[in-house]
Amino acid sequence: MESPLVYFKGLFSKGIMHKGLEQQKAESPFRAMTRKEAGDHVRSWRFIVMLILIALTFLGALYVSLSNISAATANINDPDRLFVYLKLLTTSDGTLPTFHVFISFLGPLLGIALGFDAINSEQNNGTLTRLMAQPIYRDNVLLTKFCGALIVVSVLFLCLVLLMIGGGMMITGVLVEPGELLRILGFVAMSILYVGFWLSLAILLSVRFRNAATSALAAIGIWLFFTVFYRIIVNLIMSAVLPSSGPLPPEDLLSYNNLLLFLLRLAPSQLYTDAATTLLMPSVRSLGPLTMEQMAGAIPSPLPLKESLMIVWPQVTGLLAATTVCFALAYYLFMRREIRT
Amino acid sequence: MENPIIELEGLTKSYGSAKAVDNLSLKISRGEIFGLLGPNGAGKTTTILMMLGLTEPTAGLARVCGVDASSNPIAVKRKLGYMPDSMGFYDDMTALENLMYIGRLNRIEEHELITRAHKTMEIVGLGEEMHKKTSAYSRGMKQRLGLADVLIREPEIIILDEPTLGIDPSGIKEFLSLIRRLSKQQGLTVLLSSHHLHQVQQVCDRVGIFVGGRLLVEGDMETLSRNLFGEESYVLQISFREPAPPSGEHIEALKALDVVKQITIDKNLVEVSCSEDITPDVVRLFVQKGLNITGVRKKEFGLDEIYHRYFETNQKNNISNGKSAGLFQRSFFKRNNA
Repeated sequence: MESPLVYFKGLFSKGIMHKGLEQQKAESPFRAMTRKEAGDHVRSWRFIVMLILIALTFLGALYVSLSNISAATANINDPDRLFVYLKLLTTSDGTLPTFHVFISFLGPLLGIALGFDAINSEQNNGTLTRLMAQPIYRDNVLLTKFCGALIVVSVLFLCLVLLMIGGGMMITGVLVEPGELLRILGFVAMSILYVGFWLSLAILLSVRFRNAATSALAAIGIWLFFTVFYRIIVNLIMSAVLPSSGPLPPEDLLSYNNLLLFLLRLAPSQLYTDAATTLLMPSVRSLGPLTMEQMAGAIPSPLPLKESLMIVWPQVTGLLAATTVCFALAYYLFMRREIRT
Repeated sequence: MENPIIELEGLTKSYGSAKAVDNLSLKISRGEIFGLLGPNGAGKTTTILMMLGLTEPTAGLARVCGVDASSNPIAVKRKLGYMPDSMGFYDDMTALENLMYIGRLNRIEEHELITRAHKTMEIVGLGEEMHKKTSAYSRGMKQRLGLADVLIREPEIIILDEPTLGIDPSGIKEFLSLIRRLSKQQGLTVLLSSHHLHQVQQVCDRVGIFVGGRLLVEGDMETLSRNLFGEESYVLQISFREPAPPSGEHIEALKALDVVKQITIDKNLVEVSCSEDITPDVVRLFVQKGLNITGVRKKEFGLDEIYHRYFETNQKNNISNGKSAGLFQRSFFKRNNA
């Protein structure tokens, strides 16, 4: 399959070959495999389609925010108005969702697309036996699948965001501030982690199911469940739990609200949206309800980066834990598996 | 046998209650071509996977080049090239790229890799087609590429699992003679598994017959046929011009020789089974009696016969052991009585 991105290949391998010649030392199998995985993804149509989709949503979101940027930065009531680049990522006039909302449901698709046939297609093509007959560690196969795809995703997100910053500089002429840049990089890291979760889930399913279509369907099923049905189910549970009579005392209201938030945060997309919002909007002080006492005396001003990071830390930990659990399960299944075609 | 390069000791693999490989012990010495023969599902592939350390044995030990395969598979895989029965290649890469990828996984240095890959492709006869995508390769070409895959690593041992599967007869002959040549030139040890007996017969120094997870016999072809067919290991087929069978007189004269075990006469063809090679005596006898011999053929037992013999006994045992249908049992007993 000849694809328009073939020139990446030369770009990647040139440096490595050069290095190999210099050091006269053989490349480690792990690097060779990761390079092949990343190269395969870059050249696959599947990735190109996802790339176009994400680039289009990014451009769309950016266009909408650019046309509203002057209004947003002029808004005196908004404490975040001085962060031009964060505003570029979060402003919307309601016609299009913002970029991080797009990613919260396109990211899973990207992860699934890159991972759903990682192991089973190799097994069905008979290349897994061939690979396993080489002197390489078995876990390296799994790890390179994950790393290769994650590298591609990281490069994609970093490119988009850096392009956005560069474009923003040319259009607005405002210099990006270090804190702002760090927040944006944090957002990128969060997005990569979020895609990484879905990637490891997809790889797990590809180890579990022999048929690539089955594993893709299972992964998409899980994704649909969390994006569409989970909210409905949580609402049903809440309406069943909530007493129907009269207004509630504030303590009860608080505990019910906490229950609702707890249930919602079981969905990875909720974790991601929470974290992205906090990182991109410095004025967000809490992700849960605040009492009047807590709010008293608070000045509506942007939080420093460290405070924002403290707020999203549980979210980061949660996503990391979920990714690790999926990967560990895949590892467990794969190491015990007998490799045969 | 000194210093066996492959050593299996009481190797056993069970799946639940079923035993795929049952207490297998085998030694293969350096530079030998060993044929592992057996019907489908005899446990050949399982045995090979255990040698590679890809499957954990339930009991026993597989030692390759003195290294325990199940505890140190990486060291074993460095010395051992394995070609699985159904090879797959990355279809969107060319054959050369596929080969170079394998080379990289084996830590072949980058500047040496390209020359080595070209050389290997020439050896297996794919020099012309090395820049084609493997998706355009025929089955036979893929098999050759599989061999190149194994050879580029310069292993000490090559294990080929059903290497002749799906190639046409002339291709098989070429492929096997290539293996034989390489083995002799480079002193490689080759382990070949197959269920195509006469093909393996052409190249193997030694064979082992493997049925139902057990190694029934091993040895070179001659010993094998002697063990199996015992007394009647030589069979002469003599054909005559006259359609009428030779008269009783000659037969009596033949039967007088004590090495002759059995004589069957079918029109103008006489088959003499004997325990020693007495071809000249038999021919002289017929010529003296004034019979016109048109052909004399010494029938040698190939693996096919050996295999059938074993398979037959195996099946008989199965039938007598198992609770098979009455019809089978009756016919079995009838044959026994006759």
